[in-house]
Amino acid sequence: MVALTPISRTPVSFYVPVVAAAGAFAGLLVGTARDNSLLGVVLGALLLAAIAFAVTQLIENERLARWAIFAVFALAGLVMGGLPALVVGAAFGLFFGWFIFWLFEGRYRERLAPYLTPGQVLWHYSFRVICGMIFFFLITPIVVVMPLSFNAEDFFTFTPEMLQFKPEGYSLKHYEDFFTNADWQQALWNSVRIAPVATLLSVSFGTLAAIGLSQPHVPFRQVIMAILISPMIVPLIISAAGMYFFYSRIGLQGTYLGVVLAHAALGIPFVIITVTATLVGFDRSLTRAAANMGANPVTTFFKVQMPLILPGVISGALFAFITSFDEVVVVLFVGSAGQKTLPWQMFTGLREQISPTILAVATILVVVSIALLTTVEMLRRRSERLRGMSPG
Amino acid sequence: MSDTAASGPVMSADGVPLKRSLNRALRAQKIRALALIAPLLLFVLITFIAPIADMLFRSVENQIVRETLPETVQRLGDWDADSGEPPSEAVFTALYADIFLAAERKLHTRLGSRLNYEETGASSLFRKTGRRVDRFDTDIYTDQITDLDPAWEAGATWAALFEAREARSALPFTARSWERWTDFVINEEEDDPLEEDVPDFLYTALYSELADGAGAGLDPRVDQVIDALPGFETVSVREQFLDADEDWGGADIWRTIQTYSPAYTSGYFLNAVDMEKGTDGPQFRPENEQIYLTLFKRTMFMSMVITFSCILLGYPVAWILANLPARTANLLMILVLLPFWTSLLVRTSAWKVMLQQQGVINDTLVWLGLVDDGSRLVMINNQFGTIVAMTHILLPFMILPLYSVMQTIPPTYLRAAKSLGATNWTAFWRVYFPQSVPGIGAGSILVFILSIGYYITPEIVGGTTGTFISNRIAYHISSSLNWGLAAALGTILLAVVLVLYWLYDQIVGIDNVKLGG
Repeated sequence: MVALTPISRTPVSFYVPVVAAAGAFAGLLVGTARDNSLLGVVLGALLLAAIAFAVTQLIENERLARWAIFAVFALAGLVMGGLPALVVGAAFGLFFGWFIFWLFEGRYRERLAPYLTPGQVLWHYSFRVICGMIFFFLITPIVVVMPLSFNAEDFFTFTPEMLQFKPEGYSLKHYEDFFTNADWQQALWNSVRIAPVATLLSVSFGTLAAIGLSQPHVPFRQVIMAILISPMIVPLIISAAGMYFFYSRIGLQGTYLGVVLAHAALGIPFVIITVTATLVGFDRSLTRAAANMGANPVTTFFKVQMPLILPGVISGALFAFITSFDEVVVVLFVGSAGQKTLPWQMFTGLREQISPTILAVATILVVVSIALLTTVEMLRRRSERLRGMSPG
Repeated sequence: MSDTAASGPVMSADGVPLKRSLNRALRAQKIRALALIAPLLLFVLITFIAPIADMLFRSVENQIVRETLPETVQRLGDWDADSGEPPSEAVFTALYADIFLAAERKLHTRLGSRLNYEETGASSLFRKTGRRVDRFDTDIYTDQITDLDPAWEAGATWAALFEAREARSALPFTARSWERWTDFVINEEEDDPLEEDVPDFLYTALYSELADGAGAGLDPRVDQVIDALPGFETVSVREQFLDADEDWGGADIWRTIQTYSPAYTSGYFLNAVDMEKGTDGPQFRPENEQIYLTLFKRTMFMSMVITFSCILLGYPVAWILANLPARTANLLMILVLLPFWTSLLVRTSAWKVMLQQQGVINDTLVWLGLVDDGSRLVMINNQFGTIVAMTHILLPFMILPLYSVMQTIPPTYLRAAKSLGATNWTAFWRVYFPQSVPGIGAGSILVFILSIGYYITPEIVGGTTGTFISNRIAYHISSSLNWGLAAALGTILLAVVLVLYWLYDQIVGIDNVKLGG
């Protein structure tokens, strides 16, 4: 991004009070932790104002000044509260080092339109901070789970040892439990046995139907589409209730086949949506060209159409897979103890015995979902590139 | 033009009218398209639509009373429920036959629990009666009839008697009871009814019909019984039932049986909205028994709060994603998509870890000194926990549609508005916001639909005050086994969702549902 506005150093009367305000806020946090908020605010403001003035007026070298602030804050943290406070102090140090010079050099104006009023600049950055907090809200719960899964104790929370980064606070025992415990392994095995078969069913039926649906003349297209999409819209508890009633009538309740069929039905809308979306960009003249050159419809499908829509099919398959792999409500009702899947085991774990093994499983699943997310993103880009929709 | 008009319709090369040959080609295309769709459609119809239809059916189905107590239901037809009196001896005799057979088939407890949903105490009433029914003093009829002719003890005598059509029409109740009993013995006990002891209730049934003056001239043995009738020692079947449980003497249980005797009932639906069938039509239950309306209201209210929080948190994020340079936006998008792709159970367990009293948030607050260690915040197992966790879980569903709408809004509009003298706020409120409303609509409906049917998260972090209607449905399916009520609650929920879905279709169109950006 290019600089929009020429920048110049700001006056002392601007940046010292702003840094002091930030310092007061930091001081409030530290002060409250030490049972004296007011003193914290005053000390924080004074300290930061002094530091800001000192480093900008006395130390000309910015890099040196920032390292100095970082070191001082880290050391102060260590003295005040040991290792955990050292990390917090270091973070404060990094932030203030950057913040002071960001304000002092006027860099905050650099990338903004020159005509903005100070109020608008302030709003611009406050908005960024708000968004940052929302992103923080989105990602924290997932991130917090990961270190906790290495807990050496059977707690769901950080132990003092963990916070002091002592090696004895961490262990792999919950992972070990997951890989050796018969219940968890059975659940994993069941998930692995159910999800791919359900995916295969929904993908093969779904791709065919999507191709049918994207033909130019389909009678009752709206109605058919509504029916095929309905498993995604109907709340899971209702699907689960209906399937439980109906499958127990026809003897599928509590069987492997029942669960697979139910999951396949739930995965179908995702396949339909992704594959029809890919087919929108599909050039029909290609199939005609293939037919023109003597290929029969089956050859045309596998040699011409399939390679082009493959990214859509695969991402539909991934959606169907994750739907089945993640699904717990339907399997809870349609399945019996013999079909206990991983999410089901986690669900009972969360409801009954709280074991941190759940967190180990959760971490593994987060890693799996990162892998899936990457795959889908890459497929989407490849598909767009193939269809010439975006240069990326 | 006049040339073609004179020579008839336009022909194709092979001499068939063009219109017809086009139509044929079109039909072939349609059939091919349908043939491709058919397997999936069939699959979805069987595995998904049929179960939903089954649930709808179960919400009104009520065969059990009529199937278990057919004779009673028939005779109870003319009983006046407002009289406050129990029905006549004839009804009790019919009930005796019905309950005896039901107890043999072990169905009386099921009927009891069914009626217990409507009338508390019905379950124990039927259980008690079922235990007592084969020890009724009605064996005096058995003894008196078999004393007249020991042949009555043999099943063959009864079978021979009801072979004849006249006997079946003259003594319909006894004939039907005999048939039901033999059916039961043959099909469920897999025995020969002719070798079994004829049960007491058949003698009682025979006596009651003969005493009403039916059956004369059918068979010498029957006539013999009729002749001896005046000298018979009698016993009141009603007294026998009253001995077993005195609730039979009140009108309440009879009114319930009568009300729930039709094969289809609106009772489950009435229950689902906290109403009951009273003496003069449906009426609301007393205030303190109204749980479902409260639950529906709470589900609606909390879903709205969740939707609103999602708008509040999702709007800025979608805005910044749409207005940042592509590279940065793609990086930040990962922060939105990662939660979207992460297992629901993982996110729910994460919130359990975060919110509990010894959890991460409380620990942080205590460490910061904002909260005293003794007075940690209660953030889980209540509405707050459900709202926070579900807002987090559903936020991506708000951000993604908002983002795709905001991407289409040219940033130049805002600049144009500002250059024409609008303030920041006016420019946003009058120019940008109206264009983003479709995104808000799509996202809100999506989030609302998803949240009113949520089960897992409220179950784990909701405690008792933060649960939804879906938790009640699950409870009725797996714990209280009141499937009819579960189906009725589910049907109401489904209706709400379908209306919202229809709205969504009007606003966004189902074809435009986008997944993962």
